[in-house]
Amino acid sequence: MAFIRFTDRPAFRNPWVEFERIRQGLDELSRSYAEKGKAQIRANVYPPLNIYEEADKMVVTAEIPGVKPEDLEISLEGETLSIQGKRDSRQDDFTISYHRREIESGNFSRAVSLPVKVDVEKISAKLANGILTVTLMKAAEATPRQIRVNAD
Amino acid sequence: MSKQELKVQEKQSARAQGEHTKNEIYYAPQVDIYETEQEVVVVADVPGVLPEGVDVSLEDNVLTIQGRRDVEQHGGRMVLEEYEPGHYLRRFTVAETIDQERIEASLADGVLRVRLPKAAPAQPKKIAVKIG
Repeated sequence: MAFIRFTDRPAFRNPWVEFERIRQGLDELSRSYAEKGKAQIRANVYPPLNIYEEADKMVVTAEIPGVKPEDLEISLEGETLSIQGKRDSRQDDFTISYHRREIESGNFSRAVSLPVKVDVEKISAKLANGILTVTLMKAAEATPRQIRVNAD
Repeated sequence: MSKQELKVQEKQSARAQGEHTKNEIYYAPQVDIYETEQEVVVVADVPGVLPEGVDVSLEDNVLTIQGRRDVEQHGGRMVLEEYEPGHYLRRFTVAETIDQERIEASLADGVLRVRLPKAAPAQPKKIAVKIG
C-alpha cells in the first residue's frame, strides 16, 4: 500500500480519485485472497504438466491423448527434462466429410527444469490411456537423509 | 501441416443438465465428427479414461458420451499444476437415423471412437395411380 505524505498532496485534487484508489486497493486485496490455495498456472506450451515432488522422487504427468509411445521422445539433460512428440489424427480418406474438427494434429516440444538433481540412470516413463507419467528418482545427494541424534 | 505446433487447448467444463450431486469436475472433450457413406464417427479426447469408465448412449437422437476416470493419487508436494484432471461429458443431437443395435465404441491411447452406422434408408415406394 502506497503511503501518501501530507506534503505530497496536491493543493487542488479531485476527491473522487481517492475513492477510486481505495476501490482498486480493495479489489486487489480480494483477488489475492480468492486465488490463494489455487496455484494453478496456465500452460503456454503443450502439453500442460503436473509435477509432484516426493521425498525420493519427482513425478511428472501430462495428458497427451492420441500420442503413440513410439512417437514420444523423452530426454534429460542436466536438470532439464524435455518431452517431444507428435500427434497425427488426420484421415487420409478423402471420401469422408467433417462436421467438426476440434482435435489438432502437430508436433510438440516442451522442456522443464527440475528443482532438484535427479539420477540419470533411474528414469522411467509410462504412457497409458493417454496419460504420460515420468518418474525421476532424485540423486543421492538430493534425497533427505535421516540423521540420528546420539545422546551422550 | 505436420510441421504445425500443437497448442494448449483450454479445458471447457461440460454443461450438464441439472447439477451433479457430487462436486466433481466434468470437461467437454475435444471432438472430431465425420461422416462417411455408411456411418457417422465421433472421435473424442478422453485421456485417463479406462474402457470400464466409458458410457455411450443414444436416446431420442441425443448422443451422450461420458467418460469417468479414477484420478490417480500422487503423494508429496505439488510443484507445478497446469491442468486439473476430471471426468468428461458431452452431448450431441444426431440428425441422421442411426442403427442403434450396431453402435460401436473403441478406446485407444486416451482417444474414444464411436461409430454410429446409418440405418438403411427406407426404400421409396412407388405408388401406381390407377386410372379408373
